[in-house]
Amino acid sequence: MTENNIDNTGDDTPKRVVGTPAAEEPVVSVEAEQARDDHNGPYPASETHFNSEEVQRRGEKVASAWFIIAFLGGIGFLVSYFLFTPGQIADPQYGQYSNMLLGGTLTLAMFGIGAGMTVWARKVMPHYEVSSPYDELPSNDEEKGSFSAFFMQGADESGFTKRPLMRRTLILAMVPLGLAPIVLLRDTGPLPGDKLKNTPWEDGRRMYVEGTHRYVRAEDLENDPYGMISALPAVDDDHYPHGISLNDAAKSVILLIKMPEEDWQPSMNDEIEVDGETGTRLNWTHNGIIAYSKICTHVGCPAALYERTTHRILCPCHQSTFDASDAAKVVFGPAHRPLPQLPIGVDDEGYLIAKGDFTEPPGPTFWDYAKD
Amino acid sequence: MSKTTQAPKALRGVGNFIDDRFHVAKMGEKNLRKVFPNHWSFMLGEIALYSFIILLVTGVFLTLWFKPSMMEVVYDGPYERLNGVVMSEAYASTLHIDFAVRGGFLVRQIHHWAALIFVAALVVHMLRVFFTGAFRKPREINWLIGVSIFVLAMLEGLFGYSLPDDLPSGMGVRILQGVMLALPLVGTYISMFLFGGEFPGEDIITRLYMLHVLAIPALLLGLIVAHFMILWHQKHTQYPGPGRTDKTVVGTPMFPGFAVKAGGFFFFTFAVIAGLSAFVQVNPIHLFGPFTPTSITSGLQPDWYMGFMEGSLRIFPNTLDFQIFGYAVPIGVLVPGLIVPGIIFGGLGAWPFIEQWITGDKRAHNVADRPRNAPVRTGVGVAGITFYGVLWLAGSNDILSETFSINLYLTTYIFRVLAIVGPILAFIITKRICLGLQRRDRETLEHGYESGIIRQLPSGEFIEVHKRNSHETIEVLASKPTITSTALTEEQVDDKGVENPEGRKPKGRLRRALAEWYTKDNVSVEGVRPHSGHHLHHSDEALKEHTSSH
Repeated sequence: MTENNIDNTGDDTPKRVVGTPAAEEPVVSVEAEQARDDHNGPYPASETHFNSEEVQRRGEKVASAWFIIAFLGGIGFLVSYFLFTPGQIADPQYGQYSNMLLGGTLTLAMFGIGAGMTVWARKVMPHYEVSSPYDELPSNDEEKGSFSAFFMQGADESGFTKRPLMRRTLILAMVPLGLAPIVLLRDTGPLPGDKLKNTPWEDGRRMYVEGTHRYVRAEDLENDPYGMISALPAVDDDHYPHGISLNDAAKSVILLIKMPEEDWQPSMNDEIEVDGETGTRLNWTHNGIIAYSKICTHVGCPAALYERTTHRILCPCHQSTFDASDAAKVVFGPAHRPLPQLPIGVDDEGYLIAKGDFTEPPGPTFWDYAKD
Repeated sequence: MSKTTQAPKALRGVGNFIDDRFHVAKMGEKNLRKVFPNHWSFMLGEIALYSFIILLVTGVFLTLWFKPSMMEVVYDGPYERLNGVVMSEAYASTLHIDFAVRGGFLVRQIHHWAALIFVAALVVHMLRVFFTGAFRKPREINWLIGVSIFVLAMLEGLFGYSLPDDLPSGMGVRILQGVMLALPLVGTYISMFLFGGEFPGEDIITRLYMLHVLAIPALLLGLIVAHFMILWHQKHTQYPGPGRTDKTVVGTPMFPGFAVKAGGFFFFTFAVIAGLSAFVQVNPIHLFGPFTPTSITSGLQPDWYMGFMEGSLRIFPNTLDFQIFGYAVPIGVLVPGLIVPGIIFGGLGAWPFIEQWITGDKRAHNVADRPRNAPVRTGVGVAGITFYGVLWLAGSNDILSETFSINLYLTTYIFRVLAIVGPILAFIITKRICLGLQRRDRETLEHGYESGIIRQLPSGEFIEVHKRNSHETIEVLASKPTITSTALTEEQVDDKGVENPEGRKPKGRLRRALAEWYTKDNVSVEGVRPHSGHHLHHSDEALKEHTSSH
């Protein structure tokens, strides 16, 4: 760096002799008085802190070293890409190697550039701060007045304020067009109707163990170590790989729970109505087996955790807890409504069947769930 | 090596070509000279901006293979462990990106990490702006744009998280739908229209995809550009210091210093995100399995920025739920789902105007407050962080319960209490700390700083020598603004003895009460002359005088 490299710092700046060591800390400028007026002139920095030629030269070397590391990282990235074939990364182990190599080299390349640029800014460039005025707020009265006068003149010329008929009919013309986009959204979905209140469960419908096409028998629960089986209605709809649509599965999935009859709470003798028939809750169980909707009445996660000794059903999402021995009443957590019960029985061949639909709409509580 | 005064020919050619058409030389120079004040906390917004750029680029890459379809297919692909499993095309195509596209896994992880860091940087940046009062006039509109960006970023993240249709992401959508159903009257309609029928239907992924890759990013991009243009036009705020006033900004010019530093910082940001993506697995959807509405796993956690919603859903009690004419109003879902985010985002949006109403301060501020110098604002901010933080932790109460062997239900009760008591305590403690710091500042200004040197005077008295503050410290300390409110300074009774009618109305009385609360206890440095304190004889020079007089 030669001396004429610093001639933009103003005359009163002491020029440093080449080769003398630079002060260690960057110098913060004090605002120069003339700064406000000559914003478009040379930088008004009263003190500019130049790095010595020595420091700059070292900085150049270090920055270049970083850039070379970045270059190698970039090359490494390209090489890593071709090191594996798409077939190889299908193996998660190789996929992970590929990910680490690609990511590692990319990181190196990015870090190298970032580090190099930082060294460049810190060691090669001069350090200084400049001042500049903030905009005066607000505009002065003259400017405002002029604007306002011109605007009102234009508004008068347009006749928009003076011709109410034209103005109002234009606004009128906009109204239906404004509604159009909302109307156009009507076909995004059907009306709710009673869709949320009905499920594929009906009298005589057998049930599959969830994830299989095996009918549930009452004995299955005797043998189940958890005393709990998750089941779906056996609808066998060929349109779906599972034999049931996700919509139907989402609302009809049940928990079958078996417990000793002495554990039932008194509420199990409450009268409930299922498809016009009344009976106690116990009437709708079979041999100590009771069926509840698996979908939490809070916001719809599957309440899938069951503790056999306490008969508690827990939803892992928000920890609503229901007592399976007590009509699935909420014993803890944010849910308010018990899990609806599915009336069950057994058919001639010994398979468990539904005796109707749920006692209440399953799933998250909604505005009119209790209305028929 | 000599100084270059004339640009090289090629550059001049390009410059002239542009200037011939746009006449930009003057404007261009002005913008190259744009001043950016220096402080580490001004880089937080930059991290958010750079993460957003990374998100756009990696997002485009992912769309090349991702199929936003809920069509159920039986998987037969490169990831052998899931062969034969029924899944949506969305999930299958995500597996394709992970296991058949080289670099696909990396880019997906970069996209996810960048999203987490984007929202995090945005939040921390927002806190910086809040605590330093940088939202004050003339920057209220940019603050509102920022709050909108925050809301949209959360939605954008939630929808993006939902797209791969893996088990946790599908459950997130389910919870969203469950909250929607709780809305009185319109809930079932909104849900049916959004999902094209019942949950999960066959449309939601396609629709969320449109929102995630088109609608919300377009809005975000527009708002971010507006945010940046306003910042550019109004210039950055700065911390108090020599030469820095509400009229003058001091800092590094855009070109070349700031441009190179900011460019380097972009690469650092990218390097950190790439490094995390290379070595820290995030959202391994191939391990979670495809979504089914009938299965769940315990210990599910949303992405961090949704945690406070999850937490408030977990801890809000069901006791306020009620029925009206047989219609259900599940307050236990509505409050966490609507009121809590309403309080947080509405409160953020409204604060600049509330504060301005309380103080009556209509001046433009370009020098940022030191948080201690606005103790009530700082207290409210920390109370807000505490409220958010408690809800956020409550979103992991099952994990906390397991990790620390605490009864699960007990954690819920603890969080219920903390959500109310925590913010109040946080406010009181923060305000006290701020006032303590103010007192120390005043003392430092009056007496200089404690040097750590103990001397014994001839009289036997021990003193600690105070040293003189630097010029800059004095500037910073003496610039402390006095917090006042026009509600307190306005005459309540005019010269004819008639009471100001505004002040008697409930609104006026509320404003006075709030103004009292906002301004009281502050330590004033008005009239304090630096190093004028009665302990000044503790300073070195005074000590000499002291000794010589004996």
